[in-house]
This record gives sequence, structure tokens and C-alpha cells, in this order.
Amino acid sequence: MNALSAFVVVLALAALAFVGGQVVILRPLFGVILPWAAILTLLLGLTHRVILWARAPVPFRIPTTSGQQKSLPWIKAGWLESPSSTPGVIARMALEVGLFRSLFRNTKAELREGPRLVFGEDKALWLAALLFHWSLLVIFLRHLRSFMEPVPAFVKALAALDGFFQVGAPVLYVTDIIIVLAVGYLLLRRLRNPQVRYISLFFDYFALFLLLGVVITGIFMRYVTRIDTVAVKQLALGLVTFAPTVPKEVGSLLFVHLFLLSALAACFPFSKLMHMGGIFLSPTRTLANTNRMKRHVNPWNSPVKVHTYEEWEEEFRDKITAAGLPLERE
Amino acid sequence: MAEQTPKPEQLLQIDYRPPAKDWRDPTVEFRKGVFCYSAAPKNLEYLGLPNPRKWQPYDEDWKLPPNWKQIILEGMRDRLQKFRSFRLFMDICVRCGACADKCHFYIGSGDPKNMPVLRAELLRSVYRRYFTLAGRLFPALAGARDLTLQVLKEWFYYFYQCTECRRCSVFCPYGIDTAEVSMIGRELLTLVGCNINWVLEPVANSYRTGNHLGIQPHGFKDSIEFAVDELAEITGVRVEAPINKKGAEVLLLVPSADYFGTPHYFTLLGTLMVLHEIGLDYTFSAFASEGGNFGLFTSHEMIKRINAKIYEEAKRLKVKWILGAECGHMWRVLHQYMDTMNGPADFLEEPVSPITGTRFENAKSTRTVHICEFTADLIHHRKLALDASRNDHWTVTFHDSCNPSRAMGLIEEPRYILKNVCNHFHEMPESTIREQTFCCGSGSGLGTDENFEMRMRGGFPRANAVKYVRDRFGVNLLACICAIDKATLPALLEYWVPGVEVAGVHELVGNALIMKGEKERGTDLRGEALTPKEELVHA
Amino acid sequence: MRDRGIIVGGLILFLGLITFPVWYNVTAGSTAKGPEPKRPEQEKTCVAPVGYMRTSHMDLLMDWRDEVVRRHNRKFTAYDGKSYTIGLTQTCMKCHTSKADFCDRCHNYAGVAPTCWDCHIDPKLVQRSTG
Repeated sequence: MNALSAFVVVLALAALAFVGGQVVILRPLFGVILPWAAILTLLLGLTHRVILWARAPVPFRIPTTSGQQKSLPWIKAGWLESPSSTPGVIARMALEVGLFRSLFRNTKAELREGPRLVFGEDKALWLAALLFHWSLLVIFLRHLRSFMEPVPAFVKALAALDGFFQVGAPVLYVTDIIIVLAVGYLLLRRLRNPQVRYISLFFDYFALFLLLGVVITGIFMRYVTRIDTVAVKQLALGLVTFAPTVPKEVGSLLFVHLFLLSALAACFPFSKLMHMGGIFLSPTRTLANTNRMKRHVNPWNSPVKVHTYEEWEEEFRDKITAAGLPLERE
Repeated sequence: MAEQTPKPEQLLQIDYRPPAKDWRDPTVEFRKGVFCYSAAPKNLEYLGLPNPRKWQPYDEDWKLPPNWKQIILEGMRDRLQKFRSFRLFMDICVRCGACADKCHFYIGSGDPKNMPVLRAELLRSVYRRYFTLAGRLFPALAGARDLTLQVLKEWFYYFYQCTECRRCSVFCPYGIDTAEVSMIGRELLTLVGCNINWVLEPVANSYRTGNHLGIQPHGFKDSIEFAVDELAEITGVRVEAPINKKGAEVLLLVPSADYFGTPHYFTLLGTLMVLHEIGLDYTFSAFASEGGNFGLFTSHEMIKRINAKIYEEAKRLKVKWILGAECGHMWRVLHQYMDTMNGPADFLEEPVSPITGTRFENAKSTRTVHICEFTADLIHHRKLALDASRNDHWTVTFHDSCNPSRAMGLIEEPRYILKNVCNHFHEMPESTIREQTFCCGSGSGLGTDENFEMRMRGGFPRANAVKYVRDRFGVNLLACICAIDKATLPALLEYWVPGVEVAGVHELVGNALIMKGEKERGTDLRGEALTPKEELVHA
Repeated sequence: MRDRGIIVGGLILFLGLITFPVWYNVTAGSTAKGPEPKRPEQEKTCVAPVGYMRTSHMDLLMDWRDEVVRRHNRKFTAYDGKSYTIGLTQTCMKCHTSKADFCDRCHNYAGVAPTCWDCHIDPKLVQRSTG
């Protein structure tokens, strides 16, 4: 139900933009105003959310230790999985952010007759997630060619690398294929795995359909319907130089592409997509396992009512005496 | 209770397919065997906690304060500002489901709300409804729910069906820790007086007498003396066990079960033997007579209230540092909370083993050393004479307790000790040990009889791994370093894997330890006859 | 909290990176004006309509390549019935005489690196090196 409604909404948004792209007076709305509004929402919303996170302190040092602590010198410490130094934490975070280390651990538990519980490798989610995110990054960076003039060398190099196989003209980008497969897998998994389907909310599907919409329109424009890339770049440059222009050569599909992306960007700060920023702040990963080595200060370490030794001695005075234990106050 | 529980072969006829009803429907059924009874009003009163009253979870009316909703929401707001973990974990879950089959309660019950992701969504849905724009504008689309009495009951049911073991947080790509979510969830429930007795009674007892069982100073002394007497019988050596001795070098902190329960008791015996043998100048405290801290299962404030006595006693008794015995959640507190809450421990000294001269650099701020670190260091420096063959009647496996493994990283020390004190040691499968270890299913205060069925379900993954090594290697003893494990695993193993017993690591050390002046040992610490050497040779 | 500085620093870094194109274009003085390829002075019609050529000339060039290389056909009939000899340097560059002034202007602007010149040689370059 969630999936279907998300699909319908995305389809409706796409149709809206497609039609809007053909109505002359609406073109500035879909080509300029909405993208600007979306980016502004993204940047302000994201900043607001991160500031909210930053303002909440980390009262306790609560790393999840996935390896041996640093203790006795002759015991090999897990410097990466249970880091006791800043370089260790940075390395752990780098693996987490760059290679999805924790997801790589994923196993599948299966209850068989017996009852017998067996564990199997399950790297599909990790692989799809990793491929998806890296492709997205490469694609994002490749798009800079439309937003920067002159085109920076690293963008050209990245495009050359992505088009390494030199199939067709315009050349086929490997990431375009990968991202479709990866997002497709993530969507199928969400739909077909009964547990994941059960927990999925409208937005989980909405984000995936929006992404798919953006990707598919992009692929269509590049490989099938073609597009006037010069005109697209003029529009893009207009957006980032605050001198907007919507060239007449820009086709309707681009408006769909842009509008779905704008929708995704505008939702970003209010949704789970904030995991992009959140992963850098997760206390179970960003903190070193130096709990007993270095004191961690809690800024609101509020006073509490305690039962003091004096009170205890007073209450059990007779029994302490009878047991022959020393008293603090005779 | 046990007799009403289905037989092992029936318990896990589980259909993992989620039910047809949407998870946002909060109705829960408090069925016998799968929940814990409410806390007695006297315990809440003693601790000054809100809303003490007689009630039970299965009652229709929970006798909540009229403004309970406001209390909860304000409590949430307060905690969102105080805990970055809480706010972040409410915001960033993508519902990938990687955590789902990592939870022992989900594996053992098939209840989708026991998937860590959904357990957290129970709270998240309310967070979204009252604290986020998307949830306020589009509650249905954003997965937001109104806070209702049913939702509160659901929270109670599921936050007391999480043992805060952190296994899910190892697998979560963002490190979302359900223990953190459950802890906050329980704090919120505490604000309106919804606690369970198996947690609050030990808390109240600890607060008053210093230990969970409410043992008073004379009782404490008797228990320790009883152990000393028994040791003299078994070994022929009378050990010293000073209590409240000022100026001792070390304060020994044990979970109270060590002197009042089996098989914990044998661990205490082993500990006493080691400390005597090396001549450590230490003392017990009759006030800090418990290292365990069920405050951890109540609220952050309660952790601090219960734990204050430890540094207070260390200071009063003028010891140099603290030695903590085998206990899981006690060590979560000592390792991750004590220094921050009750420190700085500037009246203590950086711990140095007086026997080996080893500086425990890793404990230079809290000045609190784990006994496995201490003993491993002794063995490494060959300060203990050991005869591992005295444990030959045991084929041993090691169960990593949740907190020492995932909130501390104490993984190799106990293994090193075990490999030195017994000859037959076998690991359970990789996915069930070290940081991936499975909970006993009874941690975080859920180890009560009325919760028996859920405990057996939650403990199943652990038990099943034990069964694997029992059938394959003939393992007949599960060693562990947690008092809750020792209290609850025997019942679990009896249910799922009969024939495997539970012991502390230091019980096995005690068995193997050759003491100066000891008599020929006829029995192990449990009083079971040792196989005479000659028989083994001729066999 | 001592980590607030790091978080705010990270946030600023992120905002700086994400808005990098803005700063970059300001520095480079770029505008949305677009490139101005030098158009032929005499010839007014191309082998295909301008709209098609703007978006899809690469398709045509690939077709031409296949016709010549695989089918040895050098004859092309355009949409308006006119006949052309297939050839990049011979036909295209007869009107669009300068690679640098025509092809490169848009390609560079759009960050496109076509493989044409892996085999074909810019006639102007040849003239310069021989003449």
C-alpha cells in the first residue's frame, strides 16, 4: 500500500513536471524557482538538523566495541574495531562511511528443523548499498560539468574513467547501469523481503521511486531521447550564478529530472536521508574505547540523591557492631 | 511457571512472516510467561520514584497520573536535548532491516516488533508525531503515531523485552544502539511509574543495604566467612578475607550473587584463592557489597545513585585502586559510566599490580581493573602455579557476556585464562561469540520466573550454539564472566541443552590453582570428586 | 562540548563543497551565456535539421562511420533529398572549417571528450605542421 501510493505520487509529480515543462509560463517555475527553493530547503534544513544534533551533548562515552580492548601490552588490541586512539577512530569511521564496514558483517540467521539455528553470509545488501552510494557520488560529481565553467579537470577525468569502456556515443557510463541495478535491488528487497516490507514506511518507497525517477529520466535524456547539453548547461549555470535562464531548447524530460530531484532535496532534511550527516556523529562509532583511560565529562552531570555511607552506618549500626566490623563513628 | 511453558520442541514452531495487521496498531497481549510483573509500590516509595501504586501490566487500568501524556512528552523533549544518541537514533534509521535477525528475541519469538528496528520505531513514531515537521504535517506518510495508552503499554511490553545487549548495534550501518533506545524508553516509563519488580527490588535493596539481595552487614560477613571456612575444607588453606579494612591496597568489588548464589559462589571461592595465593592486600566493603547496578535498567539517574557508593567506599577505606570481579552489566557501568558520573577518582592511584609490577594503563583514569585483566597478567608472568588437569572433567566453552564484549572489548583476557587452566576448550561458532555473542536472554533485569517463556525464546540462539559444541566436542561446561549469566543460563541450558553446566572463569582458576600448603585435593570447588591421577593414566 | 567545533567545521566544509560551483563560477567570471561556435558563412543548410544536429549529431556521425567502415558506402541522402559524400573532414569540415572554433567550443563547454580525433586529424593542424 505504501509502495503503491509512493509510486503513484512520484508518477504524478513526474507528469506534473512534464506538462509544466511544456507550458511556457511555467518553465521558469520548474526550471528555476522550484530547484532554488529545494536547494535552499536542503541547505537550511540540513544545517538546522545538524545544529540540533550538535547542541545535544554526548553525556557518556558509549562506543560499541567490536573488537579487543587495549589492555595488557601482550594482548593484541583491535585498534580498528575497538579503537583507543584518534587515528583508530578515524580509520574506523572511514571504513564505516566509505565501505559500510558494519553492514559488511551482515549475516542471515535461519531457523531449521531441530530446532537448529544456522548463520549464513549475506552480503547482497552491503554490495547493493555500497554500489548505489558510490555510483550516486560519481554521478553527482560528473554533473558538475554542467554547473562549472570551465569544466574542472577532475570532473573530466572522472567522466573518462566512468566511460572507460567507450561504448557508443555519447559514451556509456558504467555508474548509470550500476545505479539502476543497485536501486532496483534495494527496491525489490524492500518489496519482497516480508520483514523489510513490514517495516517500510511511505517515505522509504517514496525516496527510492524518486531516485529511480531521477536516474531513469537522466538515462533517457542521455542515451535515448537525447538532449541539448549546451542548453542544459546554460540552465544549470544560470542557477548557480544567480542569472537564471531557461533556454527554449531544453526538453520536458529535463524538467521531470529536475523536479523529482528537487522533491528529493526538499525532503532530505526532514527524512531518514539525514543518515548522510548522522553517520558522522553516531556516538557508538565516533568515540574511542578509552573509557577507563580518559575521563569523559558530562556537561549536565546533574546531582542525584544518594545513600551515603554515614546514613548506612547509622541504619545498620547495631548489626555492624554485632558483626565486629569497624565503625566510622563510634 | 516452567511447567506451563511449551516443551522445547514445540516452542519454536515459528512463522516468521509478519502478521497482516499494520505495525502501527499498538495492541499487545500480556500473556503469562512473556512479561514481568510490575514493581511493588514500596520499592518506588523507598527510591522516591513517581506514581507508586498496586497495578499489573494485564490490568485494563494502569492508574497513570492524569497528565501522563504530558509527562512523557516533556520527558522525551528533555532527553532529546540531553542525549545526542537519542536524537540521532530517532532521526537517521533508514529501515534497511540489517538488524532484524540479529536480535535473540526476534529469532526466538518471530514477533516483528522484536526486530530492533521496529522496537525503536515504537518510540520513533511518537517522536515523529510530536517533534518533527514531517510527522506533524503528514503523520500517516511519515509513520507517526499519537501517544495513547495502548502505545504506552506497547512500550512497556517491548522495552522490557530487550536485554540491552547491543548486538544489533554491531551490525547497524549507523551504529544505532537499541540498548540506548530501550534505556531511554524505560526512563520514560519510569516517569509515570511503570517499572518491573525484578529490576526495582534489587535497586531499592542496593540503595538501602548496598546489594541487590538486601543483605545487611552481619549477613555479608557471615557469607564471606562461610566461604572462607568451606575453602579451608576443600584446600586445607585458610584464606584471609578482610571486610571494611582501612588502608588496604585494593577494594574488591563483587556482584552479590557471588556470595549468595550458585554457581556464582564457586567463582568467589576461586577469586579468594587467587588473591590469597598472591598475597594481595585487599578488602571487601560491607557497604559497596555489590558491584551490580540495576540502575542501568531503570534510568541514567539511577545508575549514578546506586554507583556512588563505590568511589565513596574506595575513598573512605583509603585504598589505592579497585578490582572488579566477574559481572557483565556491572562492568558496563564501571567501564562506560562510573568515571563520568561519579568521578574523578583523583583520590585513588593509577592501578599497578603489586605482584607483577604491571601498570594497568587502560584503567589509569577510573582506576578500576577487571579481575580477568588482573589474573591474565598474573598467569602471563607465571605468578600462579596451575594444574589444568584438575579441570579435566570439564570440556569447556566460553560465552562472551554482552557488556564485557560489546561495551568494553574484554574478549581475549578470559580466553587466555581459560586456555591456561583447562585442557579441553572449544569455541562456539563465530557468529555467536566475541562481539557477535548472543545474550543469555535474561539480561537487563528480565531474568525472572514469570518471564520464563520469553527467556527461553530469547536465550535460544545462545543455547543452540552451546548445543552445537556439546554435540560436536562433548562440551559439558559453559564458562562466563557475568552474574546474570550464571543466574539464568543454568535454567536455559537445562531447557535447551541438558548436560551442560555453567561456571565462572575464576571457578576454573580456583580448581587449577596449586596453593602453597594445600592438601591433596579430593574434590573440585563444587565438591565433586576429582578423578585420581593414576586412574587417568591407566585408563 | 569540545566536539561542537568539529561538527560546525564539518558542516561548513560540507556547505562549502556543495556550493563549490557557485564560488568557482564567481572566481572564473563564468556566466550562463553559452559558447558561440563559429557558423559557416556561405552554407545555410546542414545534412540534418539544426535541432537534430544540436542534440544528436553523434548518432549521425556513428552511422556514417559504420556506413563507411563496415559497408563501404560513402553516399548519404539527407532529409531534404540532397546528396552528400560521407566524411568528417571532407564533408563536415568543408563548412565547419575549424575544429577549434566549431567542435571544441561546445564540447569543451559541455565537458564532452568525443573519440573522433583519436583517428581523424584536424585538417588545420595538418596544414600548420606541413605548411
